[in-house]
Amino acid sequence: MLKRFIDRFSWVDLFLRAFQVIVIILIFVGIYNTVVAGRYSSAQWATLVFAGLAQGSIYALIALGYTLVYGILLMINFAHGEVYMAGAFTAVFLAEYLYAIGLLDANPVLGIIAMILLAASVSTIIAILLERIAYRPLRNAPRLVPLITAIGASFALQYTFRGLYGAEFRAYPPVNALRGPVNVFGFDVPLVQLVVLAAAIILMIALYLFVERTKMGKAMRAVSEDKDVARLMGVDIDKIIVTTFAIGGALAGIAGVFNGLFRPQGVYFFMGFFPGLKAFTAAVLGGIGNLPGAMIGGLLLGVIESVFPNLILEGLGIPSANQLRDAFAFIMLVLILIFRPQGIFGERLAEKKA
Amino acid sequence: MFKRLNVALALLLVAGMVLAACGPAPFECTDAIGCVDIAPDEPIHIAYMLTVSGATAYLGEDSRGAIEIAIDDRGGELLGHPIQLSGEDTLCSAEGGQTAATKVAADPTIVGIIGTNCSSEATAAMPTISAAGLVMLSPSNTAPALTLEGETWQPGYFRIAHTDLFQGSVAAEFAYNELGARTAATIHDGSPYADQLQQVFAGRFQELGGTITFQGAVNVGDTDMRTVLTSVAADSPEVLYFPIFEPEGPFIVAQSSEIAGLENTTLMGADGLLSDSFPENSGPNVVGMYLSGPYVSGAAYDDFLAKWSAKFGGAPPSGFHAFAYDGTNILLDAIEKVATVDDDGTVHIGRQALRDAIAGLTDYTGLTGRLDCSDDDYSAFGITNPSHGDCATGEALGIFELTQAEVDGNWPPPVVYTP
Repeated sequence: MLKRFIDRFSWVDLFLRAFQVIVIILIFVGIYNTVVAGRYSSAQWATLVFAGLAQGSIYALIALGYTLVYGILLMINFAHGEVYMAGAFTAVFLAEYLYAIGLLDANPVLGIIAMILLAASVSTIIAILLERIAYRPLRNAPRLVPLITAIGASFALQYTFRGLYGAEFRAYPPVNALRGPVNVFGFDVPLVQLVVLAAAIILMIALYLFVERTKMGKAMRAVSEDKDVARLMGVDIDKIIVTTFAIGGALAGIAGVFNGLFRPQGVYFFMGFFPGLKAFTAAVLGGIGNLPGAMIGGLLLGVIESVFPNLILEGLGIPSANQLRDAFAFIMLVLILIFRPQGIFGERLAEKKA
Repeated sequence: MFKRLNVALALLLVAGMVLAACGPAPFECTDAIGCVDIAPDEPIHIAYMLTVSGATAYLGEDSRGAIEIAIDDRGGELLGHPIQLSGEDTLCSAEGGQTAATKVAADPTIVGIIGTNCSSEATAAMPTISAAGLVMLSPSNTAPALTLEGETWQPGYFRIAHTDLFQGSVAAEFAYNELGARTAATIHDGSPYADQLQQVFAGRFQELGGTITFQGAVNVGDTDMRTVLTSVAADSPEVLYFPIFEPEGPFIVAQSSEIAGLENTTLMGADGLLSDSFPENSGPNVVGMYLSGPYVSGAAYDDFLAKWSAKFGGAPPSGFHAFAYDGTNILLDAIEKVATVDDDGTVHIGRQALRDAIAGLTDYTGLTGRLDCSDDDYSAFGITNPSHGDCATGEALGIFELTQAEVDGNWPPPVVYTP
């Protein structure tokens, strides 16, 4: 018994286990200190949680695009953040126009649907072009090649949009119908955050049903399992891949409009970079290639970012906690990868895929 | 063969000596750091280093337009030479300032510079600019350290904009005396401008008897301000002063209404947010907010605005054009004063002499009031370092109030307080 234990003992495992314990203790000490200090009211925590959920649902929608493409092609489409920017940046002009003619006040539902349609179409077209021009010619190249191409495509898109629309910051006009607070469990929450959260959840469920229940979804899953066998069974691989990019693009464009409703300022050519990185983090957090994983990962990351700096870092006496928010989000990624490399929902990848 | 060449050379030498003896005595540069020589058919070359692209382009365009008007006012000529204006984009970042400085310093024809807009640019650019023997006059740098010896001051640096020692104090006095606030919080973005300005504000506010509840910072590029606003809201201060830029400023304004505990907090920004796009981008919460910043008035200024409107249409996009105009005039006047003109029209400008001429200016009246570029003493602000090159006397400052009219497009906003 003891001999077997000694045989299997490894210093790396011990170190990781000790690290795990230390991290958990630190988190609990931080939370305990903050709660005991009682600087913040429950209403303030609720604000952070709901804003985090709204932010998280935007991450989740973008993350779905990463995860869909990874599931099919096993590549990280690092230009996906720019697909999101393209939709958000284009729709801001329509939003300004709709606001100017008064439609956004008179009929906000129609206005928002128009914005969503425009953003989704622009992002879809960009995503399809991206696949056609940047990725398809390299489909059989070594895996590093499309990754580098993605970074190049990302810059190309950023500076194309800078050239098209200029480098100034723009802002979505206020949608007055979405401003009013709604009472949720006794807390005042801006309606827009609930709308964004609800709409994102509906979209995610729709996507899940599409992939699980339709013929096209079945074909996508088949391609994801094994491209060659799927082709032998008569599945048009190119069509499936284009569809995958199109769906991911549409979701990113919709996320762009939601972002504009939730947080109207700061629309410019570089706006896709950080959300793209965060959404990628969310996809890995949930288990890349896994759709529910991307949804949960996105929502979780949004809440972690929003709540934890004040909850944990302040309790540990770390100054200017809010400035460490991005660092904190990425530290969470590292921790997840250390303790659960496959992500929250991911299955361990077979050798072929990994 | 060689002998013949030697004879030819000797003849040339003799001829040269004879010609030299006959002509006027050649100009000899005695300046400690060199001279700029401008041949009769060459222009007098000045440069701008402004942030003319990107999110802070409104600052650069505002200054550049004023420089062009100042040059137009002289008919585009100085000492019989055309004035050439070239420029570098400084991008409102330290890296941009450094790159622009390297390019400008490499051009020996440049006599002087109007720039930079952002204090971070000047901090990075000045060592290069100073080593090249140039003078630089800033229309909108406000970080106090830039003119303080022993901090980031470098010889050759002057600024027409007021140091934030004035602006921060005026803002604090307004908050304490006019708004009656006794508690305040500040947020900066890590830039030298914002950090030093909020520090001066906090210091003066406490000196007056107020309490600073929170001094925090956001990162440039942050979009979600709820975390930091929640930290601020824990103490429900009466005033929140955030002298930062777009887009972080609008994010703070827009998200502030969601946070419980900030209902009775008055928002105050500074001249970094004093742009016509700020109210519209920030949305309805901006109503009732205050901005400290440069305030210029008078008949000469109205005259300037008329020229602007005729040349570019509309009003200047930010609040520093008058400083850029005064700076350009100070530079051109100083060049005129120190230049030696030969009979054939060649102009020689001593670089140290030019610096001394500007530093010797003690009673210049410009659009922005009385300017005094000689050394200053800021011991009243608790600063013991000697200060050089600060031209502003703090006359051209005011507090603006943003109302619904500004959200709807009115610019500039009304002034509610002047020191």
